[in-house]
This record gives sequence, C-alpha cells and structure tokens, in this order.
Amino acid sequence: MNRVLGDWRAITILLGPALLVYTLVMLVPIFWSLGYTVFEGNPILGFTFVGFDNFAQLFTDPKVGDALWFTIRYAVVLTLLQVLFGYGLALIYVFWLRKASGVIRTLAFFPVVLPTVAVALLFQELFKIAPVQGLVNDILNVFGIASVDWFASSATAFWVMIFMDLWRSMGFYAVLLYAGLVDIPDDIFESARLDGASGFRLVWHIVIPLSLPVLLSSIIFSINGTLKVFDSILALTGGGPGNTTTPLTLYMFQTSFTYGEYGFGSTIALLLTVLCLVVTIFIFQSNRRDLTKD
Amino acid sequence: MTTSTAHHPGRVRRALAKVPMWIILGILLVVVVYPLFWMLTGSLKTQDEFLNNPTWALPEDWTNFSNYVEAWTVGNLDVYIRNSIVAVFPSLFLTIVLGVAAGFALEVMVWKGRGPVLLAFLVGIMIPGQMILLPLFTMYFRTGLTGTLWPLIITYTAIGLPLTVFMMATYFRSVPREIFEAATLDGASIYRTFFSIGFPLVRNAVFTVALVQFFFIWNDLLIALTFTTSDDLRTIQVGLLNFTGQFGQIQYGPTFAAISINVIGTLAIYLFLNQRVMKGLTAGSVKG
Repeated sequence: MNRVLGDWRAITILLGPALLVYTLVMLVPIFWSLGYTVFEGNPILGFTFVGFDNFAQLFTDPKVGDALWFTIRYAVVLTLLQVLFGYGLALIYVFWLRKASGVIRTLAFFPVVLPTVAVALLFQELFKIAPVQGLVNDILNVFGIASVDWFASSATAFWVMIFMDLWRSMGFYAVLLYAGLVDIPDDIFESARLDGASGFRLVWHIVIPLSLPVLLSSIIFSINGTLKVFDSILALTGGGPGNTTTPLTLYMFQTSFTYGEYGFGSTIALLLTVLCLVVTIFIFQSNRRDLTKD
Repeated sequence: MTTSTAHHPGRVRRALAKVPMWIILGILLVVVVYPLFWMLTGSLKTQDEFLNNPTWALPEDWTNFSNYVEAWTVGNLDVYIRNSIVAVFPSLFLTIVLGVAAGFALEVMVWKGRGPVLLAFLVGIMIPGQMILLPLFTMYFRTGLTGTLWPLIITYTAIGLPLTVFMMATYFRSVPREIFEAATLDGASIYRTFFSIGFPLVRNAVFTVALVQFFFIWNDLLIALTFTTSDDLRTIQVGLLNFTGQFGQIQYGPTFAAISINVIGTLAIYLFLNQRVMKGLTAGSVKG
C-alpha cells in the first residue's frame, strides 16, 4: 500500500508542476527582490551596486515616513471599524434576525465581490463637488450644510477612503464573525439567560469571550489586508492630494515604475513585508500569552 | 394608552423593542443598496440631465442605453473584457489543476518532507504582491513575454497556488484515509485513485475554490497594471481605471455605464451562487 501512496514518480508528477511554478514565480522572486535592495537602477538601464544606500535612504526619505505613517493609520483605523461594524452586524444576524438573516446577509455582502476600481469610481462620483456636484454634497445642502471638496484635503480624503473601504468590507467581516458566533452552543446562552444575563451584559461576559478566536483571526486578516491596500486608494485618490494618502504599496509602485528605481522600490517592498510579518506574529504572541494566563 | 396595550402589554412592548433594530437595518440597506441604484440610474441619464437635474432625480427615459453603447465601443470595454477573459480563465484552470494535484500529493500521499513543502506554500499567502513584482517584470522583460498576456496568466497562476494548495490539502484531510487505502489495496494505481476517487470527493470544494480565485483574479489591479504595457492588452480593471481619463471629467453617462457593466457582471455571478461565494471567501479569507 505504502508502495503506491509513497510512489516517488507519482509524487513528482502530481506535485512537481505546482511546485515548479510556485518556486519560479514566487519563491525565487522573493530572494531576487532581496538582492535588488543593494542595487540601483532597472532592467532597461542596468544596475549598479550601492551597498546599503537604499536602506539609508529608507530612513532619511521623508516620503517613506509619510507613507509608513499613513499605512499604519489607515490599517489601525480601518481594522478597528471593520471588525467593530462586522461584529455588530454579526450580533444582529445571530440574536435579532436569527433564521431570517439570509436575505440581509446576502445584501450586506454585495459590495465584497464588486471590483474595487468600479467602487472607487462610484465613490468619486458620490463625493464630487465640481463640475457637477455628487449625491453626498447634495444631501449636505438639504440639511443646510455647505458643500465640501472631499478630495482637496488629506483629512477628508482619508475619511472618504475609510468610509468606502468599510462599505466594501463590512458584510465580509459580518459573515466571517457570524460563522464564529453560530458555532457557540445554544445551551451556553440559555444558561446565561437563566442566570439573569441579557443584552449588553450577555454580549460582554459571554459572547465576546467565546468568540475571541474568530475575532482574533478577523483582526489578523484585516491588518494583513489593510497594510497591503493598493487598488482602492490608487483608484479613489491616486495617493493625493499631494502624497498625503499614499500608502507604502503605492509609494513602492511609483518609485519603481515612475522613477525606475528598482533597488529602492524593493527596499520599500521589504519594509512592507517585514511589517506584515511582525504585526501578525505580534498579535499571535499577545493572544497566546492571554490564553495561558486564564 | 390604548386598549391593546392593556390587553397585550408584553406583545406591544416586544414589538416596540424591535423598532430600533428595524431602523438600523433600514439604514444599512439604504447605505448598501442606494449607491448602486444611484449608479444604475446615472447610467441611463443624458448629459443634459446630469447638468440640469439634481443628482437624486430619476432618469427621464428608462430605456436610454446610448451610454452603454458608447462605453462599449468608444470606451473599448469590449477589448478590455476580452483581455480579462483570456488572462483569467487559463490561469484559473491551471491554478485549480496544479493546486488540486499538489494538495493530493501533500495530504494523501505518504512521504518525508510533506510538512516543509506545505509550509513553503503557506509563506506565499503572507507575502505582499509588491515583493515579487520587480523580479517578475525583469524576467518577463528578458524573456520577451512583455507585450503579451502571458505575464498575467503566469503570475495569476503562481499567486493563486498557495491558497488553492492549502485549501485543497485541508479538504483532502477531511476525507477518511481508509477510502484511499482501500482503493490501493484493491489494486488501483495512484493516478486512478486520484482521478476516480480523490477528485470526485472534493469536487464541490474545487468549485468553491475556483469561485474565490475567480473573484480575486478578475478584480486584480496591481498585477494587471504592472504587466499590461499597451492599451490593447489592458484588462477590465486597468481599462476602467483609465476610463475617466479617456472621457475627461465631462462625459458622465458613459462613465456610469462602464462602472455599471462591471458591477452588474460580478453581481450577477454572486447572486446566482451567493451561498458558495460567501462560504468560499470566508473559508479562504487569507489573501488581502
């Protein structure tokens, strides 16, 4: 039996192609990219060895600082809101709508599958001020509030961006967390109710502790996704006004393809990768410590 | 207050307690659905209506599809959609075929080193696309693949593999091992076991994974933007990104129509298969 299930030729034929493609197109480029960090130039004009200059530039280029700060701000704010709103919706699904939540879940999930570029263009129109005013400013006018040029200042552009990405992703986190909440056995809630817990107390003392694992994976997933944000920002603001809404991903892209600096671009990409890894490991670790304390 | 309160105080109070909830749900539906409705009505409006009517006004002629015609022909949407199809479906097919086979080899077959190889695939899920972009660009440039859709097909296949392999291995793990062992005892070759037993057992899972990968690849902008060097290679997302630029900020109708075409297409697939999409995307919720 093990002769068949352990047949090396069969393993090679089944696994080989996938491993080959994966190695050539993902693993090799990861190390290749690491190699680029000590070079300057691009494949068209050629490369020169510069040692650790790119890393020195990483610490001195104020745009890197700005992009890093924006990335972190965006990831923290959006992760908090995504998980908070998603959790709120999931609680509504489980405790108020119960079996009837199917239609609402389907509708709230709509935006998740829509192409980001299309959504971003739609939101540009919604928040537009000129030449033809968008819906949002029209509504503000109805309440006697003056129109706002949303994309003219980094603060308002930031919040439009957060609102749009929250709109896109809320239904996703709701379903993810809903799946976690449904797994909690009913009799736990029953006995908690019999003990007199209800409403917020029930949620705070019973529901949240029991759904901690799925909350945690939502947070890790959200942080990982928001640190890598690219499509929605490029399509909504293009990183502007100025470079005030430019995350690391977009700055890396501009450095590499607008200025042709592959070495520095790779260094920014490395910073991003390290950031993703560190944050994920950190959240994992801090959670494990809490669990052993209990 | 009224007699009914006196008769059924509990029932009324319970109904009243639900009012805030219905308000919250109402707001939710308006926030999710109204922008899409606004986009659809916008796609049917004439330029004149955009300039003179309020933004929430409904279109005067509900059968005015001239914006769609213009977006499709002048806006080149037909070319962009064709490019997307040519790039997405071959890579989808390759990802699934290679991924299922690899998942089978990593989970069902017995050999040393399975763990490390699976871990190597897992690393790919965490790595941001930016990390592999520049070496790939160099590779495609040197091999002369730039100027074709091959860079997209190859890159999508590779990027889809980690998640596919990981999910397929998980699905194969849930199949009782005895089934495969019995097949080999009955004298089935490993390929026979894979095609006649392994593959059919995870058929539903394959469909779900394919659906998830489809949405990831179809909606991708980063890879498509990097490797489409000329206008006639653009995918639908890259084309759409450049769409407003093409028509200037002046032509609203075609812009709304182009967004609508994109949104309606994905929405139709989703509505048709929504339970599977939801399950698949949340199960495969690893890629950002």
